[in-house]
Amino acid sequence: MNPTAGPGAVMPAWPEGGVSRVPYRLFSDAQVYALEQERLFRGPVWNYLCLELEVAEPGDFRTAFIGETPIVVARDGNGELRGMVNRCAHKGALVCLAERGNRRHFSCIYHSWTYHLDGRLRGVAFRGGLKGKGGMPEDFDPARHRMQPIRVEIFCGLVFGTFEPDMAPVEEWVGPTMGHFLKRNLGSRPLTLLGAHSQIIHNNWKLYAENVRDSYHATLLHTFYTTFKVNRLDMDGGILLSEGAPWHHISYAKRATLEEAAEYTQAQVHSASYDSRLNGPELLKTEDEFDDGITHSVQSIFPTLAVHFTLNSLCVRNFVPRGLEETELVWTYLGYEDDSEEMTRMRVLQANLTGAAGLVSLEDGCINEFVQRGTRGSGDAAAVLEMGGRGLESSESSRATEVSIRGFWSGYRGLMGYA
Amino acid sequence: MIDAETRQRVEDFLLDCAWAIDEDDLEAWPGFFAEDGRYRITTRDNEARGLPVGIMLCEGRGMMEDRILALRTANIYEPHRYRHVLGRPRLREAEGGLIRSDSSFIVIRTMQDGRMDLFAAGNYCDLLRVGNGRVTIQERAAVLESRRVDVLIVIPI
Repeated sequence: MNPTAGPGAVMPAWPEGGVSRVPYRLFSDAQVYALEQERLFRGPVWNYLCLELEVAEPGDFRTAFIGETPIVVARDGNGELRGMVNRCAHKGALVCLAERGNRRHFSCIYHSWTYHLDGRLRGVAFRGGLKGKGGMPEDFDPARHRMQPIRVEIFCGLVFGTFEPDMAPVEEWVGPTMGHFLKRNLGSRPLTLLGAHSQIIHNNWKLYAENVRDSYHATLLHTFYTTFKVNRLDMDGGILLSEGAPWHHISYAKRATLEEAAEYTQAQVHSASYDSRLNGPELLKTEDEFDDGITHSVQSIFPTLAVHFTLNSLCVRNFVPRGLEETELVWTYLGYEDDSEEMTRMRVLQANLTGAAGLVSLEDGCINEFVQRGTRGSGDAAAVLEMGGRGLESSESSRATEVSIRGFWSGYRGLMGYA
Repeated sequence: MIDAETRQRVEDFLLDCAWAIDEDDLEAWPGFFAEDGRYRITTRDNEARGLPVGIMLCEGRGMMEDRILALRTANIYEPHRYRHVLGRPRLREAEGGLIRSDSSFIVIRTMQDGRMDLFAAGNYCDLLRVGNGRVTIQERAAVLESRRVDVLIVIPI
């Protein structure tokens, strides 16, 4: 494969219809997958890496991925956040094997090359040889060898990284609507970690990127709400796409009853319980935290990040490609440092709705695999995405639309050389 | 001191609970717990860090019944079964006359097309009440060794 070839050489021809059609081949073609690593993940995007709270202290490090490329994020001795490829400049071995920890410097276990926390080479074992024999050439210059740096930036407690030196700041890149909502959910109060786990889903990463933007399927596939006569989450709601960057989106819903109650009581915060058939209704005990009436939201940030805030359950989802047909979906549950015990308890119980065993979301663990399996041998066939039209306009009154999926593909097409 | 008879009862009880799951007698599963019993699935990593959100949490039998009803009527997934293999439990006396039991488990999952995988391995960290001729679970944490779940968990471990 020639990595610099145009889309015609590697990428499948896009059918008529623009973003309202998606060639199935994109989900199962190894050459496409390889080109995405270069053009998309290592291209002009900000990739979510980890939480700021995971690298809070000098010496803290956390490993992460940009596409398949291994990354380390570290807080250096001066308190600066650093990002670099997790690869020794000598033979290419992983430098950090642990997922997280605290170090004064990094050391590659293979030949004991050591690095400062910013990735600069600190020492080469036996550089001067042993007993005057062997060793590196006289002119070996440690300053010319280092772990490859990447740019990192923190926004709303999230650490992002990019290979692209000229990227606009994250806040500018996501746009004002997306930035405002990230601040609402993650940027207004100090965050605290409540728990994490991950789920291996057997599908191409883009099928999950579609799935998390797919408001059309939510009440059709995920029947928990209707089965248990829990209030539906599709009351007042809509889809917002980022200004000029429709590959990021917000899907939100408001429980109208809560709004009414708020008008009557004028209360800042009040409790509400669902009318449900649950034997354990405690599960859905909830408290209103914001004055905008939004009680459920999913926000996607291109390419592999989503944040959901369902009732009182706040969670960062990061879907990491682990191969052409395998994706690791990491669920990281959060609260705020100043949460009351009662609020923490609600967040903990409501975490049951999502995750690998989520009463609402568990279907997503298999549905994308069903598409992966269903599209094998599909030749030049393509998906049809016409719900809510064929364009890229925000849908402020209805979530019966696939506009945010079309938005994802508009970003994808631009990066991969179609547009 | 846990006497031999108590140990025998506890071991039989733990086996019965695993068999109820493996034999798809899931409606019987909440009955192994006290009315206000607690069941959760979490990971070794979350436990080590003292983090409260795991993978599944049921407080009281009602939530367990909801889980079973949901998997029978609401949740959508590819049909599969478990086979539990339990290790012999380590038993200790705990506060309030309860018995703390730790037992290793492995769960092998078989899909409808015959594919088999080692789905889970971990420790049942149990607080059991033994008396009046019966054993009940007051608290069970199924602590998974791995933080990764393959596809999804819908049947309790």
